[in-house]
Order: sequence, then structure tokens, then C-alpha cells
Amino acid sequence: MSKPKLALYWAASCGGCEVAVLDVAEKILDVAGFFDIVFWPCAMDFKYKDVEAMADGDIDLCLFNGAIRNSENESMAHLLRRKAKVLVAFGSCAVDGCIPGLANLTTREAILESSYQLTPSTLNPEGTRPLPLVAAPEGELDIPKFYESVRTLAQVVPVDYFIPGCPPQPPQILTVMSAIMQGAVLPPAGSVIGAGEKTCCEECGRPRKEKHLKHFYRVWEIETKPEECLLDQGVICMGPATRSGCGALCVKANMPCRGCYGAAPNVIDQGVKMVSAISSVIDSQDAAEIDSILDQIADPVGTFYRFSVPNSILHRKQPSA
Amino acid sequence: MKTNSKNFEPRIVGFLCNWCSYTGADLAGTSRMKSAPNLRIIRLMCSGRVDPSFIFRAFQLGADGILVAGCHPGDCHYQEGNFKALRRVLLLKRILREFGIDERRLRLEWISAAEGEKFAKVSTEFTEELRALGPLRLETSVLPQSLGGELETQEVAA
Repeated sequence: MSKPKLALYWAASCGGCEVAVLDVAEKILDVAGFFDIVFWPCAMDFKYKDVEAMADGDIDLCLFNGAIRNSENESMAHLLRRKAKVLVAFGSCAVDGCIPGLANLTTREAILESSYQLTPSTLNPEGTRPLPLVAAPEGELDIPKFYESVRTLAQVVPVDYFIPGCPPQPPQILTVMSAIMQGAVLPPAGSVIGAGEKTCCEECGRPRKEKHLKHFYRVWEIETKPEECLLDQGVICMGPATRSGCGALCVKANMPCRGCYGAAPNVIDQGVKMVSAISSVIDSQDAAEIDSILDQIADPVGTFYRFSVPNSILHRKQPSA
Repeated sequence: MKTNSKNFEPRIVGFLCNWCSYTGADLAGTSRMKSAPNLRIIRLMCSGRVDPSFIFRAFQLGADGILVAGCHPGDCHYQEGNFKALRRVLLLKRILREFGIDERRLRLEWISAAEGEKFAKVSTEFTEELRALGPLRLETSVLPQSLGGELETQEVAA
């Protein structure tokens, strides 16, 4: 019997998800032994035309990491959707948009201007910008088109499963892969797998108290006590709005949860859920005082939506009317 | 239709608390006070019940403005639900700003059961303010099919 076929692809991402796959350590040999890896640009030499040559549905499992930021990402999403029986949004970028998705708080033009004009190390007196099509002596050359907004994988093609995390934690990846290799019955399509069904707070283990906060601190402004809830101490911790599954790794290193596992189960928008949580713990009934306490939260959108702007209800900053 | 700015009628969703503001709105009605008919009222037990996601979802589904109304400070039937609403609205306004949405589209008012007149005034004022601001046109190209496809059919005459 031929081995099931596995593909891994990266779109707009940092490569951390690829490293996370390799971080299952020697178990990667079991994965490589069980599957026939047919496409993995980061680790092995394949070309896009190899994928195009496959029959539709020929790939049994495709782990797709990265957000959809340009036309190359999008066409690969469509191609792999066609070729794969099971398409998995792998990691926060593919699931929620993640750090690349913060670009939705600005515009394509502002990003290009910053990259090709404004940065101190850039010398570009002619204002050269990348062009999608260029006539060269060798013929017409094209590069991918850079889109106005970043989208999640599921906003572009139908997705079977979601594995959250920035990156997904190796033990969770291993659990999922082992289940597949042992022929476990797959959960219903659309499920989040390789993660928990509670909030990050459930895995944290620090005792929580009733919260009454008059001051918020950034992490460098306070020496936190390792045995107390960070939010109790005034450090914005995304735990209450974030899905469990990572094992509360950041909190165990005495840093607040930043929210990479995405919205907690049954929450449609991680950021506004955090608005709700923060509003409940501020100890003031006076509008002016509340405003001065809120002033201590630097960059609320970047904090509450650090990993989920594209997958949030509002999706992006609205163009000014 | 929303698209014709000349005849633009703002769509407003009002989250009113059962004990004060909804009763105030009721008083405005039974007293036959005139007010703009643009406000669609949703009665909740307390302004503190207004989850921020209700507000964002309403914007996403086509509201031009949202009114949250509760009991005056100190009068909350549940002691301090209205203060929770106050803190949420103040923080949400900051979030809306960063998402490029005019914060005046979200309004918080204290309206008691006796203040039918205030309710009528607020709903007329808010309607005129939103009329001046114009329709909220959200970039909805990535709305899930199930939501995006239905927006037009959900259009009701204001």
C-alpha cells in the first residue's frame, strides 16, 4: 500500500511554524516514515509545477502556515485546496492573521512608502517601487501582487481544520500527527485541533483574586511576583480571552500571555472579549479617572488584537471617509 | 437605501436597560412625544449586559450608530452594571478610533424611567448627528458568505 501524502507550505509567515514541525525532534522520522512528503519548500526541493502536475485530491494532508498577503499566497492557497483532501490552517498566521495581519491597521501605500522611501537606511531618490510586471531583455518578468489587506486562509478557501499557535507547540503537533498516523477518526470539519477547550488561565496555575485595578504596567515597568496572577498585578495578560493549548508557556516564564492561540472557544472576537475583561477589572466609576487609567494601556488594538486583526469582526482599519 | 446619501436614514441600534432606559423609551411612546424613528431598540436587563461583541457585530451587520443607555450612576438595579458599561464604552471608543471608525457612532446615555423627554431628545439628536456623519461603509470584502450575502436582503426601510 502506498504511503499517505503530506504537503507543507508557507505563505506570509516567519518560518517559525516550520521550525515547530521540526521541533518534534526525532519523531519527525516517524512522520517522514509514515507519510510520503510530496511538497515542503522550506525543507526539501520541490517546485510549484510538481504540485500542479498532481491529480486533484492527491495530497492526503496539507499543513498550510502563513497568512494571505499577496497573489502568490492566494494562488497557492487555491492550488493546495484543490490538490489536498484535508487542508489544515497551521499556526496563528493561517488561522487568525497573526503579526503580518497587523498590517491591516495601515494601508498598502503606507507600507510601501515606509519600506522603499522612509526608512533611514533606504536611499531611493528615483522612488523605485516593485512593479508586478517588468519587461526585461529575457522577456516579461512578474512578481506577486501585494494586497491592500492581509487575510486568513479560511477567508480565501474552505479550510478543514485549524491548529492555532505562534507557533503551534510541538507536543500538540505530535498529538495531532500521532492521532492521524494511528488512524483516529477525524473530528468534524471546521474544528480547532491541537489546542484546548478552555482559556489560557486554566493552564496557568497562578491563583486569581478579585481584581480591582487603578494602574496598568508594561512589563518593563514592574517586577512581578511569580506566584500571583499577572493581571491582578496590573500587567495586561491576554489569558482570559485566549484559547488554551500552549501550556501557559509565557506565563511560566513570568511574561504575560500575548494571545497567540487565538480567541477562546465560542468567542467570535478576541480583542473585544479582552475589552470586556479589562473593563470589568478597572476600579473606578468616574469617567475622567477611567480615561486616565486607560491611558496607561499603550496601543490597545495592538495588544488585544496582536494576533487576530484579520480574523476580527472589523477585519481591518477602515479607509477614512 | 443607504447608498443614496441625500436620503440617507441612519440605522441605529439601541441597547436599553430594562429598568430605566427602556421604561423611559416606553414613557416617551405612551406620552406621544415625537422622536426620530431610526432607533431599533433591543431591551436587555442591564446596560452591563452589553457585551462589546454585540456592538461590533451590529456595526458589521449595517448599523450606522449604536446607543447604549442605562440607569443614572447610583441607580443601577444591579448596583454597578452601568459603571461596567461606562468603562466598556470608553475603552471601545479607543478601539473604534484605531480601526478608523468615528467614535461618535457609539454613544452612552443615562436615561431614567421618568426621562421620556430625554429619550426622545437623545434619539433625535443622535439620528441627526449620524446623518451628518454619513453612512458607515465597512470594508466587508471578507465577510463570511453567510453574513455578506445576506446584507442586502436585510435592508429594511428606516
